[in-house]
Amino acid sequence: MTSILPLRAEGAELRFRGKLLVGPVDVSLGAKGVTIVLGPNGSGKTSLLRMLHGLECPSAGQVRWAVPMHETFEKQAFVFQSPIMMRRTVRDNLAYPLRLSGVARAEARDRADHWAARVGLQDALDRQATVLSGGEQQKLALARALIRDPQVLFLDEPCASLDGRATREIEETLVAAAAAGTRLVMSTHDMGQARRLADEVLFLLHGKVQAFGPARAFFDHPPSAQARAFIKGDIVE
Amino acid sequence: MGELWEGMRQAVWLVVTLDPDLVEISLRSLRVTLSALLIASMIALPLAAVLTVQRFRFRRLTVATLNALMGLPPVVVGLIVYIILSRGGPLGVLGLLFTPWAMVIAQVVIIVPLIASVAHQSLRELWSEYHDLLISLSTTKRQRIAALLWDGRRALLTAALAGFGRAIGEVGAIMIVGGNIEHVTRVLTTAIVLETGKGDFALALALGFILIAMAIVINFAIHNLSRTETEGRW
Repeated sequence: MTSILPLRAEGAELRFRGKLLVGPVDVSLGAKGVTIVLGPNGSGKTSLLRMLHGLECPSAGQVRWAVPMHETFEKQAFVFQSPIMMRRTVRDNLAYPLRLSGVARAEARDRADHWAARVGLQDALDRQATVLSGGEQQKLALARALIRDPQVLFLDEPCASLDGRATREIEETLVAAAAAGTRLVMSTHDMGQARRLADEVLFLLHGKVQAFGPARAFFDHPPSAQARAFIKGDIVE
Repeated sequence: MGELWEGMRQAVWLVVTLDPDLVEISLRSLRVTLSALLIASMIALPLAAVLTVQRFRFRRLTVATLNALMGLPPVVVGLIVYIILSRGGPLGVLGLLFTPWAMVIAQVVIIVPLIASVAHQSLRELWSEYHDLLISLSTTKRQRIAALLWDGRRALLTAALAGFGRAIGEVGAIMIVGGNIEHVTRVLTTAIVLETGKGDFALALALGFILIAMAIVINFAIHNLSRTETEGRW
């Protein structure tokens, strides 16, 4: 299978009505590992993830994959901070991306059942997705994103409103996905989660990349006073 | 007040005895209205979905126009359809004037904007929910429209029922293009107008009660079949 990585952002900027949201960003994401995007509220984490995924077109610069953009569409996925539930059953939510890819109904159903079991939703297969709890919805969104075996998975603060148990279950699924070769790019506010999952860290402040490199180096030797303050949990201006 | 009671009594009597004339015009009313509803829904629902997901230069103007057309005066629609279908009109060769099909056409023209506008409102809300997900899944326009129509089907049913309500009670346009011809184009509403004109208020009221009952029964039946009020369903 052709790899869509590395992903390179070259002077990529995203603006909204003239206001710079993030950029210019110059980063390259290699084939494996977990990149954690850190930064205070409004630093541009969500904008960066959306731009890298292709939900937003860069206002300047470019985002380039190893293959043409249209060939990446089915090989990358996105998990949103507030899970978007289709008004269907859990099973139909899971099967939907597969059906889009032309997978036969019976096979899509089998794979949906398999993924529901993997994230602990096997008893909820016939329930409407929108009546699930927040944690269950996020697990469903994660399973739906992983069901097409994406090479790259973007996650925008997927555990932001979840309790410890649900967070642990999400993290276990993410660790398993990373071990299976899925490249993870995830934003979070949870420093403990960042330390547990990150292979490399991208630290954003006011839309600019302040640091990008190995996680251990970032946490052990913060590259700037702002990074040090952020890691300590202080308010970063 | 006495006429109201007499109307109700006659309505019950007509229904209990399955009065042949009543059965005939009731069935014609249903046939014409349901045909118009089916055709109008086939036009209006995809139109609403396209207006929701497609960005084009005059989209807002188109939506505003559609909303404005919800208030189309039926008599004017009837007049225009009459001119188009009359012998000298562009579709005169079809010979549809004073047939149930002319009534269907007039009703379609009247309810398409209504169904499309109500459906567009529902689909727009659904699209704002689904937008990021469907873009992220790299769906085609056709797949987005299909997802919206399928997942919004219960809200769309409400739009269709609004169209049904408007069509079944419509009289101005179908009187003009249908002509209220006995055994051919007479329906409940035109029969009510006729009986009122003749001064037979009791019979007119009886037909009115039957019309209202029919509209309510059809609405209940469709709601029940589609389980719109079932918990956790839409």
